[in-house]
Amino acid sequence: MKLLVAISQTPETTARIAFKDGGTAFDPTGVNFIMNPYDEWYSLVRALELKEEKGGTVTVIHCGPVANEVTIRKALAIGADDAIRVDMEPDSAYAVAQQIAAHATTAGYDIIFTGKETIDYNGSLVAGMVAGLLNLPFISHASKMVFSGDKAIVTRDIEGGTEEIEVAVPFVISASKGMAEQRIPNMRGIMSAKTKPLQILAPVAAESLAKHVEFRVPPAKTAVKMVDPANMDELVRLLHEEAKVI
Amino acid sequence: MIMVFAETQDGKIKRSALESVYYGSKVAAAQGTTCAALVLGQVEDGGKLGAYGANEVWQVNDAKLASFDSQTYAEVIAKVAADKQANVIILPDSSNGKSLTGLVAVKLKAGVLSGVNKLPEWKDGKLYVERALFSGKAFASCRIDSSNAVLSIAGNTLKPVAEGSEVAVTSLTVDVPDAKTKVLSVNRSVGIVPLPEAEVVVSAGRGMKDPSNWGIVEDLASVLGATTACSRPVADSGWRPHHEHVGQTGIAIRPNLYIAIGISGAIQHLAGVNSSKVIVVINKDPEAPFFKAADYGVVGDLFEVVPRLTEAIKKLKSAGH
Ligand SMILES: Cc1cc2nc3c(=O)[nH]c(=O)nc-3n(C[C@H](O)[C@H](O)[C@H](O)COP(=O)(O)OP(=O)(O)OC[C@H]3O[C@@H](n4cnc5c(N)ncnc54)[C@H](O)[C@@H]3O)c2cc1C
Repeated sequence: MKLLVAISQTPETTARIAFKDGGTAFDPTGVNFIMNPYDEWYSLVRALELKEEKGGTVTVIHCGPVANEVTIRKALAIGADDAIRVDMEPDSAYAVAQQIAAHATTAGYDIIFTGKETIDYNGSLVAGMVAGLLNLPFISHASKMVFSGDKAIVTRDIEGGTEEIEVAVPFVISASKGMAEQRIPNMRGIMSAKTKPLQILAPVAAESLAKHVEFRVPPAKTAVKMVDPANMDELVRLLHEEAKVI
Repeated sequence: MIMVFAETQDGKIKRSALESVYYGSKVAAAQGTTCAALVLGQVEDGGKLGAYGANEVWQVNDAKLASFDSQTYAEVIAKVAADKQANVIILPDSSNGKSLTGLVAVKLKAGVLSGVNKLPEWKDGKLYVERALFSGKAFASCRIDSSNAVLSIAGNTLKPVAEGSEVAVTSLTVDVPDAKTKVLSVNRSVGIVPLPEAEVVVSAGRGMKDPSNWGIVEDLASVLGATTACSRPVADSGWRPHHEHVGQTGIAIRPNLYIAIGISGAIQHLAGVNSSKVIVVINKDPEAPFFKAADYGVVGDLFEVVPRLTEAIKKLKSAGH
């Protein structure tokens, strides 16, 4: 199977989020960047497992500047065979999706994987856009995928439960928790990643159509009001009269 | 004109659809135009969308829409939107909504913003709207740079109010493509409000010690009409179903009231719940990090505090509130 995994780079889950230039740009000072967890733990690892089961190749694609190559090398260390970096600032979901689709349109992938969302922009848009541009079936928020003959049986998270869906390749899938278990790269993987092929592509002309103009952090929470554990009538009164939520 | 995709489930309008339509009607009012709701497949109660602000309700009732396929649904939504020249297309930011939003935007070549949490504004003829990002640790004002826009609405953005009256459902004929995916089964717990739509959520963590202790959590949820949730280790150890897991790796929610019981308040847990309007934390450890994110805190043993809270709420409810 020929598998493509789109990976993105995000601030670490515990990073302090701040903005600069009058709130128009993310402030990376002191922030550690990681591979987006949904891409790394679930989507990439499920692709690698599938390659181990069925043979084939796993290619990772990343849209971003040269500084992000550490993230690409990590994906190669975990086990991807080769990588593509589209040299650009990933400034919107649509711009990224157009690059992935432009590469994939002639490459003949069986499955294109993404994470269910990135933990920075929380957009959940790229996978659907790629599917739309390539006119491929799309299953989002998949927590499990098994093969039965040439058909994949995918479990998708829905409100309050799951749905099982049958689909034949080629298709686009976005992965949520459950698809696979995180893999830690070993020394051999890290060494071999250094020499695995990394192709740099110039971006195709792309539009954005939507822009994040100004960022801000939410106002600090007012101090917590402590309530005596013996007096739950008081908590109920506060929730009813002050907060007006019950 | 504004078009809203109104989600249905088992032939009935979903609660989230009332909110999407109500939101659409407010956008339409601001733009001096009308709002239409589109329902796909069979529906019994489509007319009630009129009460929540739809001037028209359109239905495409084709057997091919009986189960969900993202491409098929997106194709029909895009066709109707293009045909009717809708300039703002609104979807819910639900599971199906998340499957559709990117597809619909690409098909219409429209600028798109997902999970928006306020009504849009127009400056110099361009649509601006706000959304949360970094798992609720930041907000952004965003702009659409195309003549039409696709927006998906985060749950609990507006409280839908029935301000109008029912309208007749108009049937539309659309050429529906064949689905390339097939839904084999749907496993959904019935009779509960799904977490992303819940106004009150009662959530419990490892402090519960054992899954057999969940009765007190369920009792509290039941007097409040709340949906139950849990922390990640609780779902990972199979104490509670996976779909109850909230946080960075679970689902993100924004109820009016979130009650956290025996949850420490790790940053990855907060990422999924910190947009809640009011947070109550019950924890025996006064140093638990969750208190920093809470509006009301109770330091105490949950096994005593929770039943006491349930009784106090019963008292309030029996007093007629
Ligand atoms: C990348 C990443 C992603 C993650 N994603 C998520 C996520 O999506 N959601 C999530 O929840 N976690 C997530 N986690 C895990 C998170 O870091 C915490 O480990 C987890 O939230 C802790 O769960 P807990 O609060 O239930 O358990 P604990 O941290 O063990 O806390 C239990 C709490 O119960 C209290 N307690 C114990 N007994 C009692 C009693 N009798 N009465 C009152 N209080 C009592 C204790 O004081 C303690 O504060 C993630 C971690 C990582 C690294």
